[in-house]
Amino acid sequence: MSHAADLPLWAAIAVSAFLLLGSGLALIGMIGFTRLPSFYQRLHAPTLGTSWGTGGVVMASMIYFSVVGGRPVFHELLVGIFVTVTTPVTLMLLAQAALHRDRAEGDPTVPGSIAADTEAARDDAKT
Amino acid sequence: MSVLPYPLLALSLLLMWLILNSFSVGHLLLGSAIAVFASWSMAALRPSKPRIRRWDLLARLLVIVLYDIIQSNIAVVRLILTGRRPGHHSAFLAVPLELKDPTGLALLAVIITSTPGTAWIEYNSSEGTLLMHILDVMDETEWIDIVKNRYERLLREIFE
Repeated sequence: MSHAADLPLWAAIAVSAFLLLGSGLALIGMIGFTRLPSFYQRLHAPTLGTSWGTGGVVMASMIYFSVVGGRPVFHELLVGIFVTVTTPVTLMLLAQAALHRDRAEGDPTVPGSIAADTEAARDDAKT
Repeated sequence: MSVLPYPLLALSLLLMWLILNSFSVGHLLLGSAIAVFASWSMAALRPSKPRIRRWDLLARLLVIVLYDIIQSNIAVVRLILTGRRPGHHSAFLAVPLELKDPTGLALLAVIITSTPGTAWIEYNSSEGTLLMHILDVMDETEWIDIVKNRYERLLREIFE
């Protein structure tokens, strides 16, 4: 961090712009958490942070350390790749848990199990 | 057992090793050894081996998805900050999928999850039906069209 003052102007502007973009998206995602009314809608808010929120911070980090180090640094890309690949696991677990709870409670706004639907349809056809 | 049961995995591991440590002959040798041993232990788990038929289409899909992620980031930011436009609502959406390849489905899950505004909720493998949740929708058929024609068609050509 002691070399931060040596950063040329164009790099300083690019790094700040990407940092602001990334952290801004993460912040807006968190605002979405408080403003969106239902659980399934709130599922969408953090994906702002995991897509271009992470992307912006990763870009800023790559530019900063490449310019300061005088050689291309791009191992941050791995952070982006692993965040992208692992997010669906968490999201699906949360969605499945919510869906299971809502179906058990008989919530009419949630679609029934796909398999159960077709079974019911087949029973209807028989009678 | 062949020396390299998963050549793509071994190559990715070697690349990852070289990206994390700076490039040198020593790290190239060490990384190669780790990649070979790791793919042998992977072979013991016998995961399904994806066959990528069309690398050019994979690159095209990547460009399309990156563009769509930027678009939907903007759309979701606008929705959170300014509220919902009239006529729009959030909805569950059942999409019948013809894609059966597990790697293709995994990639579709990553695409749908990484795109803000769409969430993968449930997939029924016997029926081939995907249940999605869309944050901001006016016309449901438009979204079925996007999943089927924009992503699924390319994924089927790449993996099946």
